[in-house]
Amino acid sequence: MIARLLLLAVLLASLRAVASEDPALDKRVSALASELRCLVCQNQTLADSNAPLAVDLRNQIREQLKAGASEREVTDYMVARYGDFVLYRPPFKATTVLLWAGPFLFLVLGGFVMYRRITKRAVPEPRLSEADRERAAKLLE
Amino acid sequence: MRVLWTSLIFAALLALLAVGLSLNPREVPSPLIGKPAPPFELPLLGSPDKTFSQKDMLGKVWILNVWASWCPPCLVEHPVITELAKTVSTVGLNYKDAREDALPWLKRNGDPYQLSVYDAAGRIAIDYGVYGVPETYVIDRGGVIRYKHVGPLTPEIVRKKVQPLVAELSK
Repeated sequence: MIARLLLLAVLLASLRAVASEDPALDKRVSALASELRCLVCQNQTLADSNAPLAVDLRNQIREQLKAGASEREVTDYMVARYGDFVLYRPPFKATTVLLWAGPFLFLVLGGFVMYRRITKRAVPEPRLSEADRERAAKLLE
Repeated sequence: MRVLWTSLIFAALLALLAVGLSLNPREVPSPLIGKPAPPFELPLLGSPDKTFSQKDMLGKVWILNVWASWCPPCLVEHPVITELAKTVSTVGLNYKDAREDALPWLKRNGDPYQLSVYDAAGRIAIDYGVYGVPETYVIDRGGVIRYKHVGPLTPEIVRKKVQPLVAELSK
């Protein structure tokens, strides 16, 4: 057990040593990778996924950033190959209007329906006739 | 009136879900359709000293099929590709494979390809937006990608989509 823990500690330490060769670059790579979708396991970001393609694409990001490309350029490179689908935050354009505006549309719609129902349900104040009022007054005395 | 509305909304929701659930989330529309096939120059799988470039196919309608010996769906697709390759030039892109695995695989299952190029690092495949082998591209005479299919081709897809498209492009 202790041996295993030691082994784990050594492994983690060595991983960290590899990772921190250029911490600034690492940070940029992982920031960008967590904005991009892994095409293989679609609900994971490139940063989270360990699919071989995700590893390759992370290396691509690293290589390109290292060579002086901007975040925007790397993103465009990915979109040119895999489409807007790779972006976790898709751009706002004609085909994605419903995606972005949909929730607000439903909110407004829901608010409207709720408003209608509430106003409809409001019961008008019961009208008391003069006789009823007198009876009530008597009872209350 | 109220029952009508409720059932109308329910039906609309049901229709929405039915459409949504019948879509295949793995079918990501490729931005490469209608764009020139990304350029490459790769060594051949069979003879490493020779190279092949997408330019070599200019003037021909051809099919690029991404495959690997480690990919079970490729084996499923193999008879379909074999049949298709009889009628249209088909080039294989051997993806992240090793020669010592890929060559025996072709020997065992038959080699339908005019030739296969060897993309061991998968770099060219990234340019083609490959994310799930096998993938198939139909490229026209001008070197423009006209169709892409992700996953194994089925006889039905070949009959309904690939063959009509190839026939039209070859006119």
